[in-house]
Amino acid sequence: MTALPSAAVPVPVIDIRGLRKVYAAGTQAEVIALDGVDLRVEAGEFLAIMGPSGSGKSTLMNLIGCLDTPTAGSYRCDGMDVALLDAEALARLRRDKIGFVFQGFHLLPRMSALENVAMPLGYARVPPAEREQRARQALASVGLADRGGHRPSELSGGQQQRVAIARALINAPPILLADEPTGALDSRTGEEILALFKRLREDGHTVILITHDAEVAAHADRIVVMRDGLLHEEGGP
Amino acid sequence: MSMTFSDIVRTAIFALRGNWMRSALTSLGVIIGIAAVIVMVSVGQGTQQEIDKLVSGLGSQRLDISPGAGRGPGGARQSASSFYTLTVGDAESIRDEIPEVQYVAGSLRGNTQAVFAENNLSTSWQGVQPDYFVINGWTLADGDGFDPQDYTGAGKVVILGETVRRTLFGEDSGIGQTVRLGRVPFTVAGTLAPKGQGGFGQDQDDVVMVPLETARRRLMGAMGMPAGAVMQIALTVTDARNLDYVQGEVESLLRQRHRIGPGDEDDFRVRNISEIVATRTATTNLMSKLLGAVATICLVIGGIGIMNIMLVSVTERIKEIGLRLAVGAGPTDVRRQFLAEAMLISLIGGVIGIAIGVVGALLVGQVSDLPVALNGRVVGLAAAFSIATGLFFGYYPARKASQLDPIEALRQ
Repeated sequence: MTALPSAAVPVPVIDIRGLRKVYAAGTQAEVIALDGVDLRVEAGEFLAIMGPSGSGKSTLMNLIGCLDTPTAGSYRCDGMDVALLDAEALARLRRDKIGFVFQGFHLLPRMSALENVAMPLGYARVPPAEREQRARQALASVGLADRGGHRPSELSGGQQQRVAIARALINAPPILLADEPTGALDSRTGEEILALFKRLREDGHTVILITHDAEVAAHADRIVVMRDGLLHEEGGP
Repeated sequence: MSMTFSDIVRTAIFALRGNWMRSALTSLGVIIGIAAVIVMVSVGQGTQQEIDKLVSGLGSQRLDISPGAGRGPGGARQSASSFYTLTVGDAESIRDEIPEVQYVAGSLRGNTQAVFAENNLSTSWQGVQPDYFVINGWTLADGDGFDPQDYTGAGKVVILGETVRRTLFGEDSGIGQTVRLGRVPFTVAGTLAPKGQGGFGQDQDDVVMVPLETARRRLMGAMGMPAGAVMQIALTVTDARNLDYVQGEVESLLRQRHRIGPGDEDDFRVRNISEIVATRTATTNLMSKLLGAVATICLVIGGIGIMNIMLVSVTERIKEIGLRLAVGAGPTDVRRQFLAEAMLISLIGGVIGIAIGVVGALLVGQVSDLPVALNGRVVGLAAAFSIATGLFFGYYPARKASQLDPIEALRQ
């Protein structure tokens, strides 16, 4: 072991080859959601996945997010072959590798912003004292240092989405997976959130944005488009 | 690597606090069930302790002979005269012929009105032979008791139980005074040291004693009694180990005296204390079974209530479950979280149930004549029952939650 291969050729954060996902295979209701998708995403990229509804976009996102397993093909998430993992191992992979941001924020209403942000740390067995400190840092990094004690209902939509982003960042995952993060926000607030993603990219995070909106996708460095279960590269940088 | 125990408990408490009224109502079944468990077990233990005490104490040296509730030829219940099958002669012959017997006394009993001046009360009387006092553990508090001539000559003398003395004489001992039993005047020859409440809850001191022959002539009235009849013969043996042997000897002696042929039924019954206790145990067992049924039904209903509310909770919080799965909770974490909530509901119900049960058991001990024994074992058992209920009925909803598809759950 003189030289690590990764030093010369960096391992992509996401390495998808010939990925297929078929629902209700062999029946009349068979749906081929993904029909052989290839996708490589390098660390530090800001990628947008576009496509109309029913194009297989959500299926791809679920697979990238390790919420689902493919019918065929391979997916290496930060070097780990997802096909080999059971439900518990997939949960650990999500915890360590993926930070989710949802269209509907998905904050727990009875918890303060700080508690919401710290919540994933419990599953990583981080000691309680360290949890609070890390959650404060994460909140500060999205510009909400003074909102830790507020309940989600006491925050604006944009602030709630920032809390959700802080929660996604809390375990320092290599991949930030955002599903229509601006879908529930007005355009001005949406711009702020997208600016935040850009800043996170500059800090070294890999950001994957799933959207149907070309204007939103335009903020990304690279755009791919799902169409009828196949992925097409758009334009180039 | 999953959530720590303290995190699981904290999360469960947090979840229950969000719906504390519902949680409290849900635990009601467990509360009642566990309270019933406490009362049941403490009564059961109390009875066992009392039996142990009775059997190991003086009681195990004692036999009681009563006229048999035997049936005559053809199965017809024998006439009233068969109630007097025992006689003073039987008692004397037991004393003379069975050397292992220490004390023997035949007795008669009845009810009467005791009157002194303007005070009176209805009480029960015992017509006794001299050994009666020692066999039954009575001692004199005051006075000289009966002379031998009182027994032989049917002297009109009486010894008063504490309750009777207090009612008739207040602070005074009453020794030497004349009281009337019915219409017959008696001289008070002594008072008995109080015994207090008996094992069956009755006032043992509400009694008067007169010599056997006095009772027969003055208190029994003109009933068709065979000569020398007694209603009961009590005896003690010198050594408790001889009890079974003496019981056999007494039975064969009496069969011989009563001319009962082989194969015919006895016209008397010899019982030792454990048989008397057995009757007692049967009553307590019945109550235990009843409470056990109540406890079981309540715990099952309570458990189903917990299962129901947990299933509702899983459905209500499907988004939360989806989110937790997305941020790294494994199926095991989710299952443990919901299991912890179910167990917490039933444990809280258990704690309240234990408190109510302890109060209930003490009340039962006060109000009824059932013996009650409360200790850590009772409480521990009840706590274990409540946790087991939560575990058993919480498992299915928890498993259901853990098997949710995170994609489906997030889409809700």
